[in-house]
Amino acid sequence: MTQIFREDGMVVPVTVLEAGPCTVTGLRTGERDGYTAVQLGFIPARNKHVHKPQRVAAEKAGVKPHRVLKEFRVADTNGFEVGQELGSDIFEVGDVVDIIGTTKGKGFAGTIKAHGFQRGSETHGCMNVRRPGSIGQCAYPGRVFKGQRMSKHAGAVRRTVKNLVIEAVDPEKGLLLVRGGVPGPPNGLIQVVTAKTAKIKGGKN
Amino acid sequence: MDKIIQEVQKQYMKEDVPSFKVGDIVKVEYLIKEGQNERVQPFIGQVIQFTGHGVSKTFAVRRIVQGEGVERTFPLHSPRVLNVTVERGPKRKPRRAKLFYLRERAGRSAQL
Repeated sequence: MTQIFREDGMVVPVTVLEAGPCTVTGLRTGERDGYTAVQLGFIPARNKHVHKPQRVAAEKAGVKPHRVLKEFRVADTNGFEVGQELGSDIFEVGDVVDIIGTTKGKGFAGTIKAHGFQRGSETHGCMNVRRPGSIGQCAYPGRVFKGQRMSKHAGAVRRTVKNLVIEAVDPEKGLLLVRGGVPGPPNGLIQVVTAKTAKIKGGKN
Repeated sequence: MDKIIQEVQKQYMKEDVPSFKVGDIVKVEYLIKEGQNERVQPFIGQVIQFTGHGVSKTFAVRRIVQGEGVERTFPLHSPRVLNVTVERGPKRKPRRAKLFYLRERAGRSAQL
């Protein structure tokens, strides 16, 4: 993340996203597939980096193979052609988008980090500092309830951040500047979707 | 930092950043908007710290107003910061990057 100045001097915190260029590598239509969607490819790849099914599909469609393929549901595939390139210019300043990504992994985390449990006292003779504490009652019910929050592998899950506003678009460099943070590490892969209504775009932070 | 982010930041950074250092007595010309009116408000004081880097670099200026210490932090690259001029340098070179110890001093001992 970084920050930019608006014209009136207001400071806006933004995340810089590299959105595209994405190539339309396939269309899904109602008659043939039962749903309508656009398949986009991001980051062209050499043949040896792509599995054979994807490679053959790309050859048949007459497009280059891509490292990342992702389908985006649209109401109508009209206006999209296989081979067409989409850049960051499909978005405008002020558009509201949802951003989907995989959050940073936290490893196997205790209850404090994983669920926000409170910690015990470090002093006054307490031995229960980061322990989970009681996980249930006694002879009745005599078991631990399902869903009891315990230590677990935290992070690295798919998360959607809703209603982020686009502050700036750079079509030449293919960049989007979005107000606020997005899930995942620097250089992580994300999807950018027009808020709630599914329009397009794969992207990269 | 990421190259792309650096390039983006460059667009929002001033090309000719006024040169001043910690310890300098500076005059900051700050643009104030009151409804429709715009006016320039000067703030004169001693620079006590720089923080951040790139576009988010800021500096803090300290002065004594009616016996009370007042500090303001300005974003170096903000378009509202019109100009920073050095009124005079410190009498003695400051030995540290942050002059927070001036807060506990008054009168002559607060002089650099």
